[in-house]
Parts: sequence; structure tokens; C-alpha cells
Amino acid sequence: MIVLEHVSKTYPGNVQALKDINLNIKKGEFVFVVGPSGSGKTTLFKLLFKELDPTSGSIYINKKNLKKLRHKNVPKFRRGIGVVFQDFRLLKDRNVYENIAFAQQVVGVPNRKIRKNVMTMLELVGLSDKVKSKPSELSGGEQQRVALARALINNPPFLLADEPTGNLDPVNSWEIMKLLDAINKRGTTVVVVTHNKEIVERMQKRVVTLHEGSIVSDERKGGYIYA
Amino acid sequence: MHSLGYGLKQGFKSLFRNRLFTLASIGTIIASLFIFGIFYCILANFQSMFTEVETSVGVTVFFDEGTTEERILEIKSQLEQQDTVDKVEYTSAEQAWEDYKNRVFPQGDDDILTNLDQDNPLANSASLTVYLTDTADQQQLVDYINQIDDVREVNSSDTVAQSVTSLGHMISYVSMIIIIILVAVAIFLISNTVMIGITVRKDEIAIMKYLGATDFFVRAPFLVEGLLIGLIGSIIPLIAIYFLYDRGVAFITTRFATISALFNFMPVMDIFKVLVPASLAIGLGIGFIGSWFTLLKHVRV
Repeated sequence: MIVLEHVSKTYPGNVQALKDINLNIKKGEFVFVVGPSGSGKTTLFKLLFKELDPTSGSIYINKKNLKKLRHKNVPKFRRGIGVVFQDFRLLKDRNVYENIAFAQQVVGVPNRKIRKNVMTMLELVGLSDKVKSKPSELSGGEQQRVALARALINNPPFLLADEPTGNLDPVNSWEIMKLLDAINKRGTTVVVVTHNKEIVERMQKRVVTLHEGSIVSDERKGGYIYA
Repeated sequence: MHSLGYGLKQGFKSLFRNRLFTLASIGTIIASLFIFGIFYCILANFQSMFTEVETSVGVTVFFDEGTTEERILEIKSQLEQQDTVDKVEYTSAEQAWEDYKNRVFPQGDDDILTNLDQDNPLANSASLTVYLTDTADQQQLVDYINQIDDVREVNSSDTVAQSVTSLGHMISYVSMIIIIILVAVAIFLISNTVMIGITVRKDEIAIMKYLGATDFFVRAPFLVEGLLIGLIGSIIPLIAIYFLYDRGVAFITTRFATISALFNFMPVMDIFKVLVPASLAIGLGIGFIGSWFTLLKHVRV
């Protein structure tokens, strides 16, 4: 599903963020990408999302070469990827319902269908009673669950999470991880970029470790190597 | 269709969200289109006056003593073949004398002069009056007529023709420059308004990008905002000019009887037939250019 071949990314000023990355993630996998700050995690995240293009090498997602993806087809490509961030990135002036519905408005789903879909998603993340709440009235864990609902409402085959538990306490972090696991079990491929050591060790999933722009280990059922 | 509705709604919202810049942009467009409208009213009336003057100002040609009527009519047809000539009127010596009598004694109390009919004092005053299609060509025609045989004198009023033309040109140049400057300022202000909107909604735009929004979807609200600013900015001066023109014309015709005696002001509807589409096109054009190019540069998914 996701294949990276000799991918390198150099930023202006000769800063090498990624060096010759080779990675293969199969459909339905759950993968942690770990590593210290500056190891290239965020760059990798942005490459997978075609927010950035690699300096060299190729990235294939669903057998499509991202390099050959034309600008006008980028939005459609992105609809196949759900994204979740450390800082939730909810629209602060809109309530829970509107935030999740927004993802469907963007792709042009008719309003009556949106209503039904949003309710289904809210049930899945356990926030059916918070429909009208503004993000500021929710806890961090609840906000991340709203973000997760928004990322998944368009049924993307691939979910990308950048430090999804970075702003959460251990209890809420674990709740989010359990949700991600449930989503993965429904068939969605999940990639989680994190440096939350406990969670990685507790989940016992595949772990790809980055260090200074290179993959230093790729464990099938691994723990966290770098502290 | 849904994204169009979304764009309209968000566009309206953001008009109010950055009120100050919206008002500044609308204000500048109002100013430029108001000046445009005023100058257009003046120019359109000027143009209509100009055509009146043009058709009434002609070149009068007199002939040497003893020139026969046949010769004069021959010259008449020669002149009629000129491209610059609209029409040529022939006034015979008898006609000139009749006209003169009517002018001096309009009541018909012309016994004194009737005695002279047999010995026409204006015997050599047969003339041709030449009307031009464009007064700008007058000098050229006068030179041409002067070199025709039997022509004694050519009377032309080139000062009137020339000052009318140059005043018209000056007014159009000055108004054009002012309008160009104001339009540039308006485009700059709209671009800024949209830029501020983009900055304020940076997070929202980033989120839309992650959710797979198309360029058009992200840009539409800003484009709507720019076009609305242009629309409001063109409607307000049109309304203002409509009332001002009515009042202004009424004021001038009552206060300055001499002016109204000279020529008729154009009806407001004739002016607006051109002014409404022109103002809307300029206003919406400013709105479109101001927002679209800013969006092309700064909003790309």
C-alpha cells in the first residue's frame, strides 16, 4: 500500500532531513514511526501527504507514484488519507458537529447524508452527547476524538497520525490508542508518528525507528529503542 | 453545487469578519466609481452638446462678383463628394436678402426694404454653407475650398470648434488618470483585505487542505468576498449619481436660464444605459482582480 524507494529530502541550506529511506507498509498494517526530535518523522509525514515532494527517490501509495500526481488531482488523493495531529486542529469557532461535518462539506457530500454520517462517527468515538459543544468546552482527549472522527468520516483507507497523544495524559492517550487499534481492525491502515515510549511498548505493533534521517530499525513486534 | 453555497455563505461571513478593511476597500471603489460617474455625466453631456455644435457650426463660402449660379452649384456638388463633408446648403442671393429682411423686421413690417427688392443689395451674397462630419477636419477643408476658383471668402469658426474639441479631450484625460489611480488603489486594498482574510483563516485553510479540499473550494469564499466588495462599491455611487444628476440638472436649468437655452441636458436614463453596465463591470472587475491574483499567489492546496 505504501512504498518508499530510496527517498531523500534535503531542505534549503543543505539540511538533510531524510536519507535514502526504504519502507514498505502493507494494507491493513498498524505501524509506529518513532525517533527523537529532528529525526525526520515530520518530514516523512509531510511526504506521505504530498505536502512536500522528496528531493530524490519515489513514493507509491496504492501503486500510484506521488511524483506523477498532478496538482489538480492532489485534493482527491488526500481524501484517501485521514490525518490527526498533536494539536487536534479543530475549528475553534465551530461546534463538534460542524467540525466533523466540515470534512464532508469539503468533499461535497449532501447535507442529509452528512447528518447521518456525523452521528455514526460520534457514536464510534463515544461523543454522541457532545454534539453542540465547542472545542474549548472539551478535554484534550475529547478534542482528539473529534479530530479522529473528522479524519475518518470520509472512510479513508489510510490513517496518518502525527503525535496523536502528545498533548494527552496517559489515560486519554491509551483511550485514543485503543480507538486507533479498533479502527485498524476494521481494515484501515494506520501509521502513527510518536515518541510516546510506554504506548509503543504496550501496543506491541510494528515499529520503524528513525534517527538523523535514516531508518535504524524496523521491528515486527517491537518496543521503543531510542529514549 | 454544495461547495458553491458554502463559498457564498463563507464569503458573506468574512465581509463582516474584517469589517475595517472591507469598509476601506468599498470606500475606495465608491470614490473611484463616483468620480467615474460624475465625469461620465459631464462628458456625455459635453459629447451631446458637441454634436449639436458640430452640426450647427459650418463653413460659409462666398463667391467672386459675377459668379453664375451654375458655377456655384458645380462647386456645391464638388464639395459634396468630399469624405469630411456631411452636407452642403445653397443660399441664393434672393434667399439671403429674404433672410436678412426677416431678421431685421420679423413682424413682416418690411415696406421700406421691399422697395429694394428689384435692386438686391446682397446681389453678390449667394453662399454655400458646408457642414462637416467632424469639426477636427475643418482647417483642412477650409484650405481646400480656398484654392477653388471663384471663391472669394471662406468664413469658419475654428476657434469654437477647436476649443470644444480640446476641452473635451482635457476632461477625458484628467478623469482617466484619476480613475486609473483610484482603481489601482482599490485593487491594492481588496488584495490586502483578502490577504488579511487568508492570514486570519490560515488554520482553517490548512485544515481544508488536509481534508482534501480543492483549490476552488478554498478560494471561493475569498473570491465571493472580493466580488461582493466590488458589487457594493459600484451600486452605491450609481444610486448617489442618479439623485445628484436629477437635482443638478434641475438646479442648473432653473438658475442659469442661458445654459438651458443653449442646449438640452441628456435624460438620466440615457446616461445610465451606459453608466450602469460600465460601473458594474469596473467594480466587479476590481473585486475579481484584487482577490483572484492574491489567491493564486497565496492559496494553493
